Formats: sequence, C-alpha cells, structure tokens
Amino acid sequence: MEELFPKIIFYGFAVFCVMCAVVVIYGKNLVRSAFALMGSFFSVAVFYAILGADFLAGAQVLIYVGGILTLILFGVMLTNRIFNLNLRTGTFQVIPAALVAGVVFVTLTSIIYQAPWRVLPIAKEVIPTTERIGRLLMTDYLLPFEVASVLLLIALMGAAMLVRRRTDL
Amino acid sequence: MIPLEHYLIVAAALFSLGLFGVLTRKNAINVLMSIELIFNSANINLVAFSKFVSADVSGEVFALLVIVIAACEAAVALAIVMSLYRLLKNVNLDEASVLKG
Repeated sequence: MEELFPKIIFYGFAVFCVMCAVVVIYGKNLVRSAFALMGSFFSVAVFYAILGADFLAGAQVLIYVGGILTLILFGVMLTNRIFNLNLRTGTFQVIPAALVAGVVFVTLTSIIYQAPWRVLPIAKEVIPTTERIGRLLMTDYLLPFEVASVLLLIALMGAAMLVRRRTDL
Repeated sequence: MIPLEHYLIVAAALFSLGLFGVLTRKNAINVLMSIELIFNSANINLVAFSKFVSADVSGEVFALLVIVIAACEAAVALAIVMSLYRLLKNVNLDEASVLKG
C-alpha cells in the first residue's frame, strides 16, 4: 500500500504536468497559458517532494509559483491592452518545430532506455536535505553561491535600468 | 519505487514541449514561459540523478542555482519585453526586426 501511493501521485502528476505544458505552448489565451504554467511548476514541486528533496520543493513553490509566475503575469497584463481582451496569440512554423521537437523527444527517450545508469541502492528513510544543502553551499559550492548573489544584484539593477523612462537619464 | 527512467522521460517530454513552444510562439512572453519549462525539465533531471546516482545532494545544489539563474533571466527578459512593448506597441517576435537581424 505504501508502495502504491507514491506511484499514483507520481503518474497522476506526470500526466497533469505534461497536459499543462501542452496548454502553455498551444493555448490561444495568454492568461490561460500562465495559469497552466503554474500547474506545471506545482507538479514539478510534487516530483521534488517524491524524490525526497524537501527544501527544493519549498523553493520551487516559493520562487517559481510565488515569484517568477507573478512576474510573468505582470508581463502579460502590462504588454496587452486588457480592455480590448486582445490576449490572443499566434503560432508560426508549426510543422518544422513539431518535427524538431519530436526527433529530440524520440532521441532522448531511446538514449534514456539504452544508457546503463549506475543506479545506487537507495536509502529507505527520508533524511531532510536542508542542512546538507546549506553545508555544501558554505563549503564546496561557496564560489557559485557568491557568484549567484552578485548575479542577482546585477540582474536587479539591469532590469530596473532597462525599464526606466529615457527622459530622466 | 519509481524508476529513474520515468523521471527522465517526464523531463524529456517537458523539454521537447518547451522547445516546440520556443520555436513556434509569436508572443515573447509565451516564449519565456516555454524557456521556464525547459529550466524545469533540466531541474527534474538534476534532482533525479542526485537521488539515484550520487551519494550526496550536489545535484540539488545545482538545481537551486538553476532556480536562481531562472529568476534573473525572468526579470531581465521581462524588462526587455517591456522596452520592446514601449517601442513597438506589441510583443510579437516576428515584428521585432528593428535591428534588421
């Protein structure tokens, strides 16, 4: 029973995730695409939780659903004339893109099933990962951590610089 | 226990759908959403390999850094989209050819 329960959740959310992604790339309405993207992000957070990555599941919900998706929704609202309800969006070069994406998917799938993955035996008990991630960030990955913080500062200043009015230079 | 391959298949499907979206959508914000799908598929792979193949949580640290990069990318890209909207009054990528690219 405790073996069956994560399987039902995983495969259910896998189907939900892919369906949401299809709505994101094929929906005719931008706001609907944005909310389908939320479903997809949330399913990925569920995958992290099933994989035992509790900190990342929380970070995924907080940063993606709470931050990036809100930003994208603001972008949708600010770059379309809402009062016209002109949120329709078009597609082009569908057939070559479908060919490329299909070939990529088939190639990846065949590689995934042919490659000899060196899977280690997995510990049964779930250990919280937050402390270990924090220790790694402060020891082995200190330089990437600092570079990421500088990058965040640069992105913040760059975004503010890009959207300001040209008149107050 | 769900095998590693199934996580990788879901990630491959998300990657292909995101690639399809990047190649086909006209609206710049829709292209951004598709890029976020690709980031998420890469993250699923990193966390799955961290759980199944490696003994420590290095993959999760990488996934965390990818989330940071994705946040930066979303902020800067939306700022560029705003500038484009101010210039062209729409965000259709096939009309954004003022640089004659």
